[in-house]
Amino acid sequence: MSQLLEVNNLSVSFFTPEGEVQAVRDVSFSLKAGEVLAIVGESGCGKSVMCKSIMKLLPAAAKIKSGSIRVNGIDITEYKERDMTKLRGKLFSMVFQDPMTSLNPTMTIGEQIGEAVRIHYPKLSKEEVKNRVLELMTLVGIDHPKERMKLYPYNFSGGMRQRSVMAIALAADPSILFADEPTTALDVTIQAQILDLLRRVQTELGTATVFVTHDLGVVARVADRVAVMYAGKIVEIGTAEEIFYDPRHPYTWGLMQSLPSLSKGKETLPTIPGMPPSLLDPPKGDAFACRNSYALEIDYEEEPPMFKVSDTHYAATWLLDPRAPKVTPPIGGGIRE
Amino acid sequence: MNDNVLLDVKNLTHVFPLSKKIAVKAVDDLSFRIYKGEIFGLVGESGSGKSTAARCVMNIYKPTAGEIIYKGINTCDLSEFRANKKMLQTTRQLILQDSNSSLNQRMKVSDIIAEPMKINGIRPARGTMRAEAEFQLHYVGMDHSFLDKYPSQLSGGQRQRVAIARALSMEPELLVADEPIASLDVSIQAQIVNLFRHLQKEHGFSFLFIAHDLAMVEFLCDRVGVMYHGKLVESAPTKELFANPIHPYTKALLSAIPIPDPRRERSRKIKQFVADETNFSGKLTEISPNHYVLMGE
Repeated sequence: MSQLLEVNNLSVSFFTPEGEVQAVRDVSFSLKAGEVLAIVGESGCGKSVMCKSIMKLLPAAAKIKSGSIRVNGIDITEYKERDMTKLRGKLFSMVFQDPMTSLNPTMTIGEQIGEAVRIHYPKLSKEEVKNRVLELMTLVGIDHPKERMKLYPYNFSGGMRQRSVMAIALAADPSILFADEPTTALDVTIQAQILDLLRRVQTELGTATVFVTHDLGVVARVADRVAVMYAGKIVEIGTAEEIFYDPRHPYTWGLMQSLPSLSKGKETLPTIPGMPPSLLDPPKGDAFACRNSYALEIDYEEEPPMFKVSDTHYAATWLLDPRAPKVTPPIGGGIRE
Repeated sequence: MNDNVLLDVKNLTHVFPLSKKIAVKAVDDLSFRIYKGEIFGLVGESGSGKSTAARCVMNIYKPTAGEIIYKGINTCDLSEFRANKKMLQTTRQLILQDSNSSLNQRMKVSDIIAEPMKINGIRPARGTMRAEAEFQLHYVGMDHSFLDKYPSQLSGGQRQRVAIARALSMEPELLVADEPIASLDVSIQAQIVNLFRHLQKEHGFSFLFIAHDLAMVEFLCDRVGVMYHGKLVESAPTKELFANPIHPYTKALLSAIPIPDPRRERSRKIKQFVADETNFSGKLTEISPNHYVLMGE
């Protein structure tokens, strides 16, 4: 069994005064050791909730309704907070979007990284902790770590803060790293550096990474596999090349087309009409049907299952049913060599 | 000089004093022009002074030095500003990045859109304020059901569109958009950018479009200026700039645009930019028509 993380039919709901919000609906995927899986989708499609539900960081109003989460073959779905604390940091850790709010403004960077080291290795001496902090800072590409460890987060630029957050996340050598939009708050030049850093750390340490983002350009740079999420469901999953060169789901087509770099010199950008549906009361049938110009009648009646395109590539659209009419995708069309 | 110049920024400098001894030069000797009906993009990393420049243009900050000439009026001059206050305040409008904090949480969408009309004492062209608000809302692609909602009930894209509708209610000639799409999803970004395009083509609006998403700038803008540490290092028509960047910083910036194509993206090397004093001294030199680069003497 080489599957590090296996999520089967996971459904997560928030129980609010207005009713049940089905944030994640019947999601299944797996992650191999040392692999980067990117999860793409619009805001509110449940990508962050899914990561947090695996780490059990959800608020009390949220419940895992069904499904299972298995790590190294062990089912952790029913784990209580005490058991989870042992796993967090060592087995999986998380990097959040905004490095400023995830760092403590009153502690130096060195202390904060040291804190993470001490929690996981309480027996280390002061000197050993310091050495480990320096080692981590070097790993994430912070120059002059000896001087910099005495500085505070406000002395650091956005990119340096995100590097520090990564050092904290990597303190206990986790096997899975969840990165929730780690580069969204950063400039393009810094973003590229952080992405290369993620990639390098991932190859050096063999950390499997779940990379949540809404930027397809970023995905192209880091991901081995890509899962496209819409309204709480994974609608398409495949290797990066399959998703970029041969997308099958109309929503993936829409996402790709709305990228400005593919419409150079054109008057308007293709858009996806309408808004994502409310997860308080998901529509009958395919949630994407009302925004989908390729929608078939059955899309309004019945949810499409995952159709197999290849061994690694699956998409949930009725267009892949053998009875469906042939549609020429507006984008992609075979793997380019 | 030229009748087509809508906004002429000359040698704009803005300094934030941190203490008696230290000061930060956020904008340093910045000059650019916006012609009528043009979308001018201003790009650069965070902290390069783009937003400060926009705020100076909107008279939110008082520049330390330099002139901002809008339609022949020096907006930095207090008496000239007072004499033309109403025209200046209605024909220039600002759209901010974070519509979550720029809209009043306690006002309904209809009141938010109508507020500038109330403040400026403008009689609504369509009878009532509400009808006017509804019209503007339709214009940005939202229907009347949103009129009685509060900002917290809207999604990010909807809020941003309300902010745009509010700016449009004044029928401005110059829209200053400070990272208007940075916080939105790709599909919503495309909608907003199409709306900007439409406003420019059909209504002749001029834009100062501030962004750090270079792919979007390339798609939308007619001319682009690149800022670094408060200075304009290069400015050129979009096609020219993207095809033929001269300044090392522009080159590094352009090389960092992610390409949505895994094979090309992965084989691509990103140019590291090392700040070097010689790159940032000297003056803007025209190297080809309308293409200016900051170069040493």
